[in-house]
Amino acid sequence: MNGAFADYKWAALVSDWTVFGEGFAHTVLVSGLALLLALLLGGFFGVLSSGSSKLAKGLARVYIESIQNTPLVIQVFFLYHALPHLGIMLPTFAVGVLGVGVYHGAYVSEVVRAGIQAVPRGQLEAAYSQGFSFWRAMRHIILPQAKRMAFPPLTNQAVSLIKNTSVLAMVAGGELMYQADSWSSSNLYYGPAYVATGILYIALCLPLATYARRLEEQTGVKG
Amino acid sequence: MIALQGIQKYFGANHVLKDIDLTVAPGEKLVVIGPSGSGKSTLIRSMNLLEMPSKGKIVVDGVDLTAPKAEVEKVRESVAMVFQQFNLYPHKTVLENLTLAPVLIKKVPKEAAEESGLAFLDRVGLKNKAHAYPAQLSGGQQQRVAIARALNMKPRVMLFDEPTSALDPEMIQEVLDVMVDLAKEGITMVVVTHEMGFARQVADRVIFMDAGRIIEQGTPEHFFVNPEHERTQLFLSKILRSH
Repeated sequence: MNGAFADYKWAALVSDWTVFGEGFAHTVLVSGLALLLALLLGGFFGVLSSGSSKLAKGLARVYIESIQNTPLVIQVFFLYHALPHLGIMLPTFAVGVLGVGVYHGAYVSEVVRAGIQAVPRGQLEAAYSQGFSFWRAMRHIILPQAKRMAFPPLTNQAVSLIKNTSVLAMVAGGELMYQADSWSSSNLYYGPAYVATGILYIALCLPLATYARRLEEQTGVKG
Repeated sequence: MIALQGIQKYFGANHVLKDIDLTVAPGEKLVVIGPSGSGKSTLIRSMNLLEMPSKGKIVVDGVDLTAPKAEVEKVRESVAMVFQQFNLYPHKTVLENLTLAPVLIKKVPKEAAEESGLAFLDRVGLKNKAHAYPAQLSGGQQQRVAIARALNMKPRVMLFDEPTSALDPEMIQEVLDVMVDLAKEGITMVVVTHEMGFARQVADRVIFMDAGRIIEQGTPEHFFVNPEHERTQLFLSKILRSH
């Protein structure tokens, strides 16, 4: 086979597999930590926007809208290029976790808010009537119930999050996309590099997406 | 025990409670009746501040709940509520429903909360359902669990907001039986209900509300034999005819 997918190019890819392996591991690590950050932020702001305080709701709105209505690339570039001018130098790994985590945190907030709204109002009242504060009621009564509703869309968020870590290739992020890109731009073996990279992303995302679909079907049957 | 002073409540332009002054004595069994939309649910819900009055003062056990920074949560620990829709926690077993708040809020040791919880379940005839989930119970059973859950807080006041209104007719009696049994104790009870038989049997005092006002109050004898107000007479004649 000749051209973009010539056999010798594949052979080169196989012998340099550690480059891709490193990128893959990096992607998994950044994704895991960014997901954790997104869940923390999403949980916090999702609960904030479900409370009765107008100020808290407004604060959550500002975060959610400003993040959802600007491209992820700008946010990552801001962390990478603009923050150093303010004297804050973040390692690219931190830029990755922070950028992607904060971005998806905004989407997770909306998922959490929708989940909370799906829990009948009487649950919060019952908790209040027993002496629970708002935050404790959320933690022990409302969020465990909201979780069932929110789990399938959260899993979908995890899939988007993994794919979106590829944006970090633009700031030398060291993750899978960056490794593939820098390997292939030195030897011009773009074909195998991108196909292999795509397959690795599928290996990560497809099981999650399938799991999410199955969860959706299950909740659909129960609901 | 509970004092409502000069209460006004608006929902938007809707004036649902008008000039309410009401005192509930310790140990009193107070029954609130009235047509739907008369404000009786809002009234009972303001007694634990689930509804914040637009004006006026609510004093429970000497604590002014309407004061800024009032310890509302502390007061709610001793003022339990039973809801029309039961509002059991569906993700917890029956026994967990009973122990959750005592353990987390009142810091009762788990074993003690379980022990008293089982005793209350026994009392409402549902000890064998301790490890079931609410969805596996009938409406009447769920409401009895809700009463046991309220009791396990060891409250001094029990508020019942139309506890039998969402039940199928054949399940109403089992819940009323539990409430009648409870009324024999010293606990303060405020009950919003359409069950006139219950009112007659347990009430020390009956209040009739209409259009956000307390129209008439008195002993059950006064009420059912000799109501003064025309509106009370009309309401009673309608509701007693339907029973």
